[in-house]
Amino acid sequence: MKRVLYAIPTLILISIVSFVIIQLPPGDFLTSYVAQLSQAGEMVDEATIAALNKRYGLDQPVYIQYFKWVWGMLHGDFGQSFEWNRPVGSLIWERLAFTVVISLATMVFTWIVAFPIGVYSATHQYSAGDYIVSFIGFIGIAIPQFMLALILMWIAYAYFGQSVGGLFSPAYVDAAWSWAKLVDMLKHLWIPVVIVGMSGTAGLIRTFRANLLDELNKPYVTTARAKGVPERRLLYKYPVRVAMIPFISTVGWSLPALISGETITSVVLSLPTTGPLLLRALQSQDMYLAGSFIMVLSVLTVIGTLVSDILLAWVDPRIRYE
Amino acid sequence: MQLKNGKRRNNVNSKKAKKNLSQDRFCIPTPGEEDEFSGDESVYVASQWQLMRWKFNKHRLAKASLVILIIIYLCAIFCEFFAPYDPNKYDVRFAYAPPQRIHFVGKNGFSLRPFVYGYEKETDPETLRRIYTPDYDVEYPIYFFTRGTPYKLLGIWPTDLHFIGTKEGHVFLWGTDRMGRDMFSRILYGSRISTSIGLIGVFLSFLLGILIGGFSGYYGGLFDVIVQRLIEFIRSIPTIPLWMALSAALPPHWPPLRVYLGITIILSLIGWTDLARVVRSKFLSLREEDFVTAARLCGASELRIVFRHMVPSFLSHIIASVTLSIPGMILGETSLSFLGLGLRPPVISWGVLLQEAQNVRSIAQAPWLLLPGLLVIITVLSFNFLGDGLRDAADPYSR
Repeated sequence: MKRVLYAIPTLILISIVSFVIIQLPPGDFLTSYVAQLSQAGEMVDEATIAALNKRYGLDQPVYIQYFKWVWGMLHGDFGQSFEWNRPVGSLIWERLAFTVVISLATMVFTWIVAFPIGVYSATHQYSAGDYIVSFIGFIGIAIPQFMLALILMWIAYAYFGQSVGGLFSPAYVDAAWSWAKLVDMLKHLWIPVVIVGMSGTAGLIRTFRANLLDELNKPYVTTARAKGVPERRLLYKYPVRVAMIPFISTVGWSLPALISGETITSVVLSLPTTGPLLLRALQSQDMYLAGSFIMVLSVLTVIGTLVSDILLAWVDPRIRYE
Repeated sequence: MQLKNGKRRNNVNSKKAKKNLSQDRFCIPTPGEEDEFSGDESVYVASQWQLMRWKFNKHRLAKASLVILIIIYLCAIFCEFFAPYDPNKYDVRFAYAPPQRIHFVGKNGFSLRPFVYGYEKETDPETLRRIYTPDYDVEYPIYFFTRGTPYKLLGIWPTDLHFIGTKEGHVFLWGTDRMGRDMFSRILYGSRISTSIGLIGVFLSFLLGILIGGFSGYYGGLFDVIVQRLIEFIRSIPTIPLWMALSAALPPHWPPLRVYLGITIILSLIGWTDLARVVRSKFLSLREEDFVTAARLCGASELRIVFRHMVPSFLSHIIASVTLSIPGMILGETSLSFLGLGLRPPVISWGVLLQEAQNVRSIAQAPWLLLPGLLVIITVLSFNFLGDGLRDAADPYSR
């Protein structure tokens, strides 16, 4: 309960940071918008400017602008994207959905891969397999995600002659949602998932392995073994369960990393997620769009962290009763 | 002072010694236990730093990484000397030329002087792409310590001495980019920016971390609570989008040096949190130690306690965490520049170089454009291994 209360100041801080980001570029955005319009040879209508001015309270002090912005956001109005000339809200939701899908899929992937490998390398400590896994893990942490994306793209292009960018085959990009489209998306989804999940998986394997090793050296394991509990059962019944804690506790801080990785990977692979649009928005100083993205992404992360904390307290009694 | 130092060491030891008496090779026995040990005498009188060095030396991977890093940094510092060409010297006749292999055996038989073959160029009639094949009739011997483009060593001494070069022809060890610029030289020049941004960024976040973390750990109270919340807040924002937004806000008309500084500051604005956490937890645990109480009872001032007694005892841990946080900085700079939001050409950094390799077509035509990425990986891996080794060595009394 306390955690939920803690999240509120965090959310407020996030909104302030996002607002500062919107305000950061020199000059207010309306002047740049007007300049852009006149450059394009369009007549700028005084009334429109006045309306926009009023809508964002640009003639008022900064803090009032801030409250106006937050108020609008609470009502689902994220402001106007000047580059696309559409409300920000309509632009971000679909892309956000893909971001969430990829992040969740990545997390599941991380778990599924890290669990057996972690168990294996802890039970076979210092074996060849353990060393190979550790080595790959180190590489996984050291390699920048966009590098991995580039290399995978290159391999796919050079050796399989196919382009791996995008989330859909060309035939399905504009098609309505259907079963075939979903299958098609799943076919493309694994590449970003592997790329984004690589470093997280490597980190999780390391923690899981260390925890499991700690547990395996504890007296209760020796006792159980001495009493003749089958090795398999012994392993999965107690030590693995205790060592599983990081699977849930790392969700919190791996979420920001996932979103980060997803952003940069999407730019390289040009996926229809938030990443490329955020980059474009930043390049063209379309600040309402960019600020809203940062805001929404951060809020999602905070909510995710909150959920993981609650889950953790639910799973681990040591935390619950502290 | 002597007395206090001895006291501190014994104090740390006796605790650990009780815990794992049997496995502890390096423990200095507390009085009374001396007889049980019949090891190398020098271990007992060795100072803390000596013990750390021994322990570090046992970590072979970390030692190898240290050597690699020293080489990389030397290359970065003296990049003008090691690079055969000026990084901006272009020659469109050799656009996307592949790396040349170094040979020792040629048509005149074996010679100690290495050489490379010249290129034979063809144009693919369909794709209009240039195809380079080695021209086995033309040999360009490679000379060491040759004269080349003049430059100023370390910005002071004017010279034109280069480590390698050719008297005629050209040597492109790692190929060329789309304007025919030598990748080897460019990567060497890029390493200067990319590796130094890690060091400077870490130095800044180290300052912030030790100040904020130290205060919050030492004094506790409301300040501590606020700092903790702030750290949690910063860690909950996805870093790349935030970095992107902040660096996009850097005015585009800034000179390169200011952009460089700006990027460093942006990177360390987020990087300090980890260090602050480490410092804080160390302060919290040391505050209750006997030697701190003793110093306080002796009437030492707060500042003296902190800097004379507490900081030295966890300095080794800090060094290890600092080493482990350098890779994040290097990766951050590379990612930002790769996206075109960090450093921009004409500045050369590994990230800027990787921008050339942004689409599949150029990679397919010239895979060697990915080489800067390989260097990033090597550097980051080395820092990780070195940091691991240092972290193990930081606590020489543990098993």
